[in-house]
Amino acid sequence: MEAMKKSNEPLWWAFFGAGGALSALCLPVLLFLVALAMPLGWIETPSYEAARSLVHYPLARLFLFALISLSLLHWAHRFRFTLYDGLQLKHLESLIVVFCYGGAIIGSVFTAFVLWQL
Amino acid sequence: MMSHATRYRKYHPKLYRTRMPIFWWVRKWTNVHFITREMTSVFVAFFAIELLFLLRTLTLGPEAYGAFLVWLETPLALGLNAIAFLMILFHSITWFNLAPKALVIRVGEVRIPPIAIAGSNYVGWVVVSAALSWFILSA
Repeated sequence: MEAMKKSNEPLWWAFFGAGGALSALCLPVLLFLVALAMPLGWIETPSYEAARSLVHYPLARLFLFALISLSLLHWAHRFRFTLYDGLQLKHLESLIVVFCYGGAIIGSVFTAFVLWQL
Repeated sequence: MMSHATRYRKYHPKLYRTRMPIFWWVRKWTNVHFITREMTSVFVAFFAIELLFLLRTLTLGPEAYGAFLVWLETPLALGLNAIAFLMILFHSITWFNLAPKALVIRVGEVRIPPIAIAGSNYVGWVVVSAALSWFILSA
């Protein structure tokens, strides 16, 4: 377990970095449009058919998979160290590692499943 | 003669260690700034999951999609999303400002000034935001 974790460290860091950059670039505008401007009526919400046609493009679905999955992996890596340092939970290391990376991996698999069905 | 391999203990519960209070980080502004930056990741994950559930309603049919849009209009959802928006903005700004410190680019002998790297991040942010807006608003 210890050896596996050590050897995977650069990989988790690469996911953290890629997810940090992609979420920093894309999430503010997506959140503002979808979760604030549309519900508040500042811009028109697309109909069900229009929304489906947006995600019909394979490239759009590939982008959404990368965005959601890397955002979750970004959270996993950063939150893991926040728990260690902020709450002084170093002794719960294995549990935290499984919760963070495991959660992000389950979320990514579910994302792939949902996008596959569209 | 080495008859036994040296064994190390990872933790030394018998040694004296001062206990750190859980809220050690509120004493200084730099600590609050640091922990706020780290906590932005929770809101990044929150919105990623929200987006995922929105996409899932598109596989379930118009009723599920409509119900999700109604939920987005509730004060609870608007409040959570407003907080998430501010936290994600903080994530973007701290991320773009930190990049020049992690990324040292040299052309020949000359180091590209950090402000140029940060500046190109912000230009990229504007371009990506405009492209995504155009794509979504075309629906």
